[in-house]
Amino acid sequence: MAVAKKVIHPLDKYLRSDRLPHIWCPGCGIGIALAAMLRGIDRRIREGKLDRNKLVFVTGIGCSARVSFYVDFDSAHTLHGRAIPFATGVKLANPSLEVIVVGGDGDIAGIGGNHLLHAARRNMDLFVVMITNFVYAMTGGQLAPTTPLRVYTTTTPYGNPEPPLNVIKLVASLNANYVARASVTTPHYIESFTYKALGMKGFRFLEVVSTCPEVYGRHIGLRNPVAMLEELKKRVIYKAHPVVDESDIDWDKGIVIGEYVVRNNPSYLDLIKRG
Amino acid sequence: MAQALVKPKIPVEKQVLMTVNGNEAVAYAVKQSLVDVVAAYPITPQTIIVEKFSEFVANGEVDTVFVPVESEHSAMSACVGAAAAGARVFTATSSQGLALMVEILYIASALRLPIVMAVANRALSAPINIHNDHSDAYLMRDAGWIQLFAENVQEAYDTTIQAFKIAEDERVLLPVAVNLDGFFLSHTLENIYMLPDESVREFLGGYRRVSKVKVDYFDEEVPLALNPARPLSFGNLDLYDYYFEHKVQQVEAMKSVPEVVREVNEEWFKLTGRRYGDGIMDGYGIEDADIILLAMGSGAGTMRSVVRKLRREGLRVGLLKLRMFRPFPFKDIADKLKNAKLVAVMEKGISPGSYGPLFLEVNTALYELKERPLLVNYIYGLGGRDLVPDMVENMVKGLFKELETGLVQPRLRYLGVRE
Repeated sequence: MAVAKKVIHPLDKYLRSDRLPHIWCPGCGIGIALAAMLRGIDRRIREGKLDRNKLVFVTGIGCSARVSFYVDFDSAHTLHGRAIPFATGVKLANPSLEVIVVGGDGDIAGIGGNHLLHAARRNMDLFVVMITNFVYAMTGGQLAPTTPLRVYTTTTPYGNPEPPLNVIKLVASLNANYVARASVTTPHYIESFTYKALGMKGFRFLEVVSTCPEVYGRHIGLRNPVAMLEELKKRVIYKAHPVVDESDIDWDKGIVIGEYVVRNNPSYLDLIKRG
Repeated sequence: MAQALVKPKIPVEKQVLMTVNGNEAVAYAVKQSLVDVVAAYPITPQTIIVEKFSEFVANGEVDTVFVPVESEHSAMSACVGAAAAGARVFTATSSQGLALMVEILYIASALRLPIVMAVANRALSAPINIHNDHSDAYLMRDAGWIQLFAENVQEAYDTTIQAFKIAEDERVLLPVAVNLDGFFLSHTLENIYMLPDESVREFLGGYRRVSKVKVDYFDEEVPLALNPARPLSFGNLDLYDYYFEHKVQQVEAMKSVPEVVREVNEEWFKLTGRRYGDGIMDGYGIEDADIILLAMGSGAGTMRSVVRKLRREGLRVGLLKLRMFRPFPFKDIADKLKNAKLVAVMEKGISPGSYGPLFLEVNTALYELKERPLLVNYIYGLGGRDLVPDMVENMVKGLFKELETGLVQPRLRYLGVRE
């Protein structure tokens, strides 16, 4: 930890630059999301509200889960879908740690959906960032629970017949203290939501709508990374006070981003301390 | 693969020559096997099987319901439900996916459901690795499944079709796992011969026919499947009153498996001109061999080429390829190995604190013999490390030297690991 390195970029101090180049495809949104998150983390660290030696990244399996390889914090790369229970264990064993879970939509809301549900219900003191790319990208683009209707994937070659899961609505319906959505086209919101979430207690959830031109974009006719980013940008609508009912991701009507839930319910640690 | 002396029913020229990888070969085999339900979850290196198959579903080329479930646990659960309802069912997985399925694997076999699953063998985490070894197959060793291993893409295709026939045989009624080595087979192109669709249909006797059972509540025999019109129940609470008997029945069912596997292998030979030894194991040069290598999966191919070369040089070495790991053919193995001076069990998996699981079985099999060959266990290829022919050659030559000195120690060795 915290070994003096030659700084080329202001965020280099948070990265294991010997691990670079990363595995993400050209045009992937995860790098944007990670950089924005690190800026939010950096603000908290510079304020003295967060100790980088008390920060733990826990990830599961998938493209987004590779984040734990590249950040120079304590990190764990766990099983597919099981990052949240692992992180819960970390937090309960040492409540002074700030535990951040990063994962994809397949990891967090698909195979790990049950853990998401119960961590939110408990208001577990975790910050979960779900980077949504609408497919299982690492295995080559299979149908994910967030894949929009009628979209082609490698397991639905004539279009997806299954309605997608709205994860914002799911988590908001539970006991989470913070539920927000940003997009890789609005990295300043990823940064400010991360910053805000890291100043709160309880279960904090941030969905980052991302671009995956390589395995998702090609199915919706947007293989060019710039085109995909621009098309997403056109559809992203920021609202200062969005309501959960407008959180459905709809490529035609737009994708509403913003802070859906901000509340101060007693967190899990508060509750167990009270006995 | 033995040469056909009699002309097969479907000679090679009437079979379809295709260039496919192991995963696609399995997908084509499943397509031809008239499967009713496929439930699966993506995992490397299995994914292509299900991707290819979902194309067949989408194109209307098969009459199969495909369920893209949310985890492997759900995949096997859906398979159990569908098979209990009388469907012919297939799924595929690897490594961590298989690990997540384990709870339901035991249920599938105990409920006697003839599910067929392709396992594209991959190392288990941690550290995470996507390449081949047999640690996932060994994980399900005690789950009550029949476990078959393919050496090449052609065998993966043939074995998948045979697996349905074996699983659904009334004497068996057990699930079958068809193991193909991840990447070495799953992603490697090979020219293979496929049967025409109607020949596979004929071989399997059409769609799955559910066997009939006699139960207390109905006068006549009823199909062993869920049907509200004549309700049966599966897997109900079964305590110290009957659980023991049910388990013993399940264990007994395994006894019929070798016979059925041999029959199916012969039937396949008459149909296609291809067979894999007697279906259970395939020997090469073992009759006069002083040293026999015993292996499963794609590694056997590499070893066979080395054995061929060394035999030309005059070394008395042989290869016994094991195709069926569960049930384990104790007697047959002992018969085949009894005249050797030394047997090297080559395997891609180990039970930490013990030997490789295959070695333990062979050790047990040889115990029955009055005079036993020496036995050594080589662990190779963990996490996808390549088995280089030179490595095998040096190993065999070294073993001959050890035999001369009479000192063969230690029993557990690693092949191709850095010190």
